[in-house]
Amino acid sequence: MLLRFFLMGLDRKAGIVLAILAILAVAVPVMTLWVPADSPFHLSVFTVSLLGKYLCFALLALALDLVWGYCGILSLGHAAFFAIGGYAMGMYLMRQIGPRGVYGNPVLPDFMVFLNWKELPWYWLGFDQFWFAALMVLVVPGALAFAFGWFAFRSRVTGVYLSIITQALTFALLLAFFRNDMGFGGNNGLTDFKDILGHDIQADGTRVALFVATVAALAFSYMIASGVIASKLGKVLVALRDAESRVRFIGYDTESYKLFAWTLSACMAGVAGALYVPQVGIINPSEFAPASSIEAVIWVAVGGRGTLAGAILGAVLVNMGKSYFTGALPELWLFALGGLFVLVTLFLPKGLLGLWGQLAAKLPGRRKQPGLSEARNSDAQAAGQKGM
Amino acid sequence: MSADSTLLYLDGVSVSFDGFRALNNLSLVMLPGEMRAIIGPNGAGKTTMMDVITGKTRPDRGTILFEGRTDLTRLREAAIANLGIGRKFQRPTVFEPHTVWDNLELALKAPRRPLKTLTYAINGTDRDRIEEILAITRLSALRDRQAGGLSHGQKQWLEIGMLLAQDPKLLLVDEPVAGMTDAETEQTAELLCSIAGRHSVIVVEHDMTFVRALGVKVTVLAEGSVLAEGSLDSVSANAQVIDTYLGR
Amino acid sequence: MRRALRWLMAVCVVVATSTAAFAADLRPIVQSLGSGGYSGTEKALEQLSEAGDPAAVPVIEALQAGDLQVRKSDNAVVIARKAGDAFALTDPLSGADLGQAAAADLTRIRINNSLRRAISATLGALTLMSPDAGVRRSAADAVFKSRDANALATLETAIAKEQDKGVRAAMEQARAAVLLTGAAAATMPDADVQAAVDTLAARGDRDALVLLNMVAASGASEATKKSAASAIATVEQKLALWGALQNLWYGLSLGSVLLLAAIGLAVTFGVMGVINMAHGEMVMIGAYTTFLVQEFFRAHAPGLFDLSILVALPAAFIVSGGVGIIIERSVIRWLYGRPLETLLATWGLSLALQQAVRSIFGPTNREVGAPSWMSGAFELGGLTITYGRLWIVVFAFAVFAALLAALKRTWFGLSIRAVTQNRPMANAMGIRTARVDALTFGLGSGIAGLAGVALSQIDNVSPNLGQGYILDSFMVVVFGGVGNLWGTLVGALTLGTMNKFLEPYAGAVLGKILVLVFIILFIQRRPRGLFALKGRAVEA
Ligand SMILES: Nc1ncnc2c1ncn2[C@@H]1O[C@H](COP(=O)(O)OP(=O)(O)O)[C@@H](O)[C@H]1O
Ligand SMILES: [Mg+2]
Repeated sequence: MLLRFFLMGLDRKAGIVLAILAILAVAVPVMTLWVPADSPFHLSVFTVSLLGKYLCFALLALALDLVWGYCGILSLGHAAFFAIGGYAMGMYLMRQIGPRGVYGNPVLPDFMVFLNWKELPWYWLGFDQFWFAALMVLVVPGALAFAFGWFAFRSRVTGVYLSIITQALTFALLLAFFRNDMGFGGNNGLTDFKDILGHDIQADGTRVALFVATVAALAFSYMIASGVIASKLGKVLVALRDAESRVRFIGYDTESYKLFAWTLSACMAGVAGALYVPQVGIINPSEFAPASSIEAVIWVAVGGRGTLAGAILGAVLVNMGKSYFTGALPELWLFALGGLFVLVTLFLPKGLLGLWGQLAAKLPGRRKQPGLSEARNSDAQAAGQKGM
Repeated sequence: MSADSTLLYLDGVSVSFDGFRALNNLSLVMLPGEMRAIIGPNGAGKTTMMDVITGKTRPDRGTILFEGRTDLTRLREAAIANLGIGRKFQRPTVFEPHTVWDNLELALKAPRRPLKTLTYAINGTDRDRIEEILAITRLSALRDRQAGGLSHGQKQWLEIGMLLAQDPKLLLVDEPVAGMTDAETEQTAELLCSIAGRHSVIVVEHDMTFVRALGVKVTVLAEGSVLAEGSLDSVSANAQVIDTYLGR
Repeated sequence: MRRALRWLMAVCVVVATSTAAFAADLRPIVQSLGSGGYSGTEKALEQLSEAGDPAAVPVIEALQAGDLQVRKSDNAVVIARKAGDAFALTDPLSGADLGQAAAADLTRIRINNSLRRAISATLGALTLMSPDAGVRRSAADAVFKSRDANALATLETAIAKEQDKGVRAAMEQARAAVLLTGAAAATMPDADVQAAVDTLAARGDRDALVLLNMVAASGASEATKKSAASAIATVEQKLALWGALQNLWYGLSLGSVLLLAAIGLAVTFGVMGVINMAHGEMVMIGAYTTFLVQEFFRAHAPGLFDLSILVALPAAFIVSGGVGIIIERSVIRWLYGRPLETLLATWGLSLALQQAVRSIFGPTNREVGAPSWMSGAFELGGLTITYGRLWIVVFAFAVFAALLAALKRTWFGLSIRAVTQNRPMANAMGIRTARVDALTFGLGSGIAGLAGVALSQIDNVSPNLGQGYILDSFMVVVFGGVGNLWGTLVGALTLGTMNKFLEPYAGAVLGKILVLVFIILFIQRRPRGLFALKGRAVEA
C-alpha cells in the first residue's frame, strides 16, 4: 500500500527531479573524494557544503510550497519550524562536544557554565542520543505546528490574518531564543560543534555524507509530498485552497485537512533545519527572523507556486544568486531581492516553471496539468479587499 | 405536526445582521421525499434560510431539526453535509483547477476523514457511479476538462452532478437555472423531478415557468417569514403575495 | 499643652544661642579647621554646625572646594584662590583682602569622604537660614537626606521663622527624619514620634518609606514601631498608586507611538485592504526627511532650529505620501484583490527602500535633535513626564482626530468610503476610482511619514527604523479590527498599556512575547479583531 502511495505521485516531472537528485548523490561524492584536486572536475568540500545548504533551503521551500501552493496558507513563519529543527540537532551536537568545551565540563555546554548553571535543564535531557534528537527534529516542530494550526484553523483565521500571526509566531520565538535564560545559548546560539555520530564534523567524508543525507531527505520528502498531492487528500487540499467553504459543504472537515498538511510541512521544515545546522556549523536566533521566512516565500514564488519542482528550483536559484551578490556586489543584493519580489509577483505569478508550463502547453499533444487556477484565492480576497 | 416524522423541521427561526432581521420567526416543514419550491422577492431571506440549515450562519433563535432528532444549530458545516444535506449555491462554485471527473470524485459519497482520503483508491462501483452521473449531467465528453474552463451552464450542471454524487437525503438548490437557456432550464426541471422521490429537494427560484414546470408545492417567503404556502396557482391568487411579490 | 510648652522652650534656647554666638566667636573655630588633621577639621566643622551661624557658609564652601588653606608663616586659615602663578588670599569670615602668597607658602586643608559628607550636612543646616526660599528648600532636602542631628537646632529655628508653606513642610519632614533616626528617638514621647511619623507618611515618597522602614526596624518602642508600620502601609499604597499611574503614562506613551505607526496602516490596510509591508519604510522616510530638514536649519538658520520640526511635518507628509503614490501607481494597482501577492511585492519594495536609504545616508544612525520645547521633564504629583513624550501623545491624538475628520467630513473622505464600499457603483457615479486609490494610499503613506517625524525624536534614525514598527502596526490594526479607526485607537492603547504593565513583572522581552502570544490567541478567538465588522461584505 505504501508503495502504491509513492508510485501514485510519480509522474514525469517527479521522475526528472528524482533523477537529478540521484545523479547529485552519486556524482558529488565522487567528484569530491576521488577526483584529484587538480582536476577541473574536482569539487571542494566548501562547495559541497554550499550545495548542501542550498538543498536544505530547497527542502524548506518544498515544505512551504505544500501549504502555500496547495492549501493557500501563506506562512510567513516557516523559518521558525526550520530553526526549531535546527536547534534540536544543535542540541545533539552540543552534547557531543562533551568535555572538549572551553570549560571542560563533561555535561554542561560552555554557555551554561558561563551562565553559572549547575545542571542541565530538563529539556536538554536525552539530546545526547542521536535517535532522540532525530525524533525531536520531527516532533517539536510538528507539535508546535499542530497546536498553532489547531487553534488557527478551527477559528477560521485565513488569508492575510493567518500570514500575520505566523509572522508574530516566529517573531515571538525570535525574542524568546534571544533570552539567555531560555537555555539555548541566547544571542550566540549553538556552535563549535565537534562530532556527529562519532565522526569529525569537519572531515571531508562527514561533509560529503551530510550532503548525501540531505539529497536523500529531499528526495524522500519530494516523494511524500507528490504522493500526498496526487492522492484524493491532495485534491481536497487544492479544492479548499480556492473554495474552502464549498469543500465544507460537501462534507470535508477542511480544518483537519489543513492541519494535516500544515503539520507535515512543519516536520519537513524541521528536517531541513536539522540537516542545515551541521553543514553550516551554527544555529542562532537570527534564523527565526521574520525576514528569513519571507525570503523562503520568494524562493517558492520564483520557482513556481504550486509546483513542487518549482519550489526546489527557486530555492536553489535564488540562493545561488544570493551567494553571488553578497560576495561580489553586497550593496546590490537587497535591491536584487526586492526587485525579484516585485517582478515575480507582477509578471511571473506562476513562477519559472509556470512560464515553462505555459510555453509547453502551446506545443500540441500535451495534457494540461492541474496547476494554479486562474481564479484568485477567494478567502484571501475576502480578507484583503473586503476588509472594510 | 410532530417533528418525528419530518425530514427537516424549522420552527421560529430568526437571524439578524446588525439589527436587520433577515429571517423572522420562520417555520417550515419538509417531509421525506418531498420537493418544494421557494419563491420570494430579492432579500426575502431565501439564501439565508439555506445558510442557516447548512450551518453557514447560526440562527439567533429557533429550532432546526433534521430527521426529527438532530439539532442542526449545533453542528459545523461538514458535519451537517455528512448527515445528508447537500447544497448548490446561487453562484456556481466548482473546483476550477480540477477536472470534471475529479470534481465528481471529490463529491462522491465516500469516507471523508483525511487518512481515508490519503489512502483512497477508486473502485469499480465508484467509477460506475461517476460515469452514471456524467451521463445524467451530459458531461461525459468533458470528463478530463478543467472545470474552470466550462461554460456557465456546464458549471451549473456539474454542480448539480456533484450534489447527486453526494447522494444526500435533502438537496438545497439555490437558483439553479439562473443564466441558463430555455432548453437547459427545461432539462434541469426534468432532472430535478427525476431525483425527487428518492431525495427531498428544496428549490429556490425566481423563474416562474421553471417553478410551474416542477409542479410542486410552493412556499412564498417575504421579509424573512412565510407569507403563503400551497400550489403555485393558489399562492399566485393570494392577494398578499400579489402585493408583495408578483405585483399586479 | 505640655508639648507646646516644650516646643516654646526649645525654640527660645535655640534662638538665644544662635543670636549670642556671633561672628567674633566663629574665628577661633575657623582657625581650628586648619589643625589636627582630618579629625581636627571634623571637630571644628561640628562646632561650626552647632554654632548655627550662616556666616560660616562661605568658609565651609571654600573648604569643600579645596580653597581653604593654612598660611605657613602664621598658621592663619585663609581662602586662597589661584591668581596667575600665585594665590590671592582673603579672610574667610570678613572677606578682606590679605594679599598674595606663593603655593609653597600655603598648605591646603585636605578633606576625605567622611568630611565631605559632614560638609554637605553642615552646609545644609546652615543654609536653612538663607533669604532665598529655593536655597532653604534644598537645604531642608539636604538635611532630610543627611539626617544630621547637629542640624536639629537650626532646623527648629528655621521652622519657627519660615513663612513659605512648602519650605516649612520640607523642613518639618527633615526634622522628622532627624528626630526619628537620632539617638533621642528611643526616649521621645510617643506623641512626638507619632507626629514625626505622620509627617513622613504625608511626604509619602520612596525616601520617606526608607526612613519609616528604618524606624520600624530600629530599637524604638512598640508603639513607635506600630505607627511606623501603619504609616509604611499607607505610603506603600500611595506609591503603588503613583507607580500604576506612571505605568499608565508609559503605556499611554507607548500606545500613542503604536497609534502613530499604525494609523497610516489603518488607512492603507484597514480602509483599502492593501497589505503594505513597506509601511515601516514610509515611517523611516519621514524620519530621514526630518533629518534633512534639520540639517538645512542647522546650516542656514540655526536660530530657528526649534521650528525645524514644524517644517518637517508637512515635508515628511509630502515626501512619504509622494513615495506612496508612486508605489501605488507602479506596483500596487496591478495587485488589487490579491492581498498575498501585494504583501510579497511590498515586502520587496521595503527591502529596496531600506537599501536605497542605506546607500545614500549610510548604515549608521543619523542624529536628529530635539527642539528645546520638546526636551526636559516635569513632575506631576508622583509622576515624571518628559515633554518629548507628552508632545508625541498629543500629536498622535491630533493626527487621529484629523484623519477621522477628514474621512467623515470631507468630499475626499466620502469618495474613499464610496470606492471602498462599492467600487463599480462609485465608478458609475463619476468618481475617478483610480485617482482615489492613489490618493488614499498617499494619505496613508503620508501619515506614516508624520509618524516618522515623531519617532525620529525617540528612536534611532537608521535604515532599519521601519522594521521595528511594521509587525507592531499590523498587530494593532488586526487586533483593533480592520477597517475601524476607533479599533486602531483602542488597539494601540490597549497593547501599549498591556506591554508596560507586563514589563515590571516579566521584563521587557518576555512582556513583548506575552503580548504577541496574547494577540495570536486573541485573533484565533476573534479572527476579525476587537471591533469586527459583521456582514456579508466581509465574508463574501
Ligand atoms: N452575512 C450577512 N450580512 C449582512 N446581511 C446579510 C447577510 N446575509 C444576508 N443578509 C441580508 O439578509 C437579507 C436576505 O438576504 P438573502 O437571504 O440573500 O435574500 P434572497 O436570497 O432571498 O434574495 C438581505 O437583505 C441581505 O442583505
Ligand atoms: Mg438569494
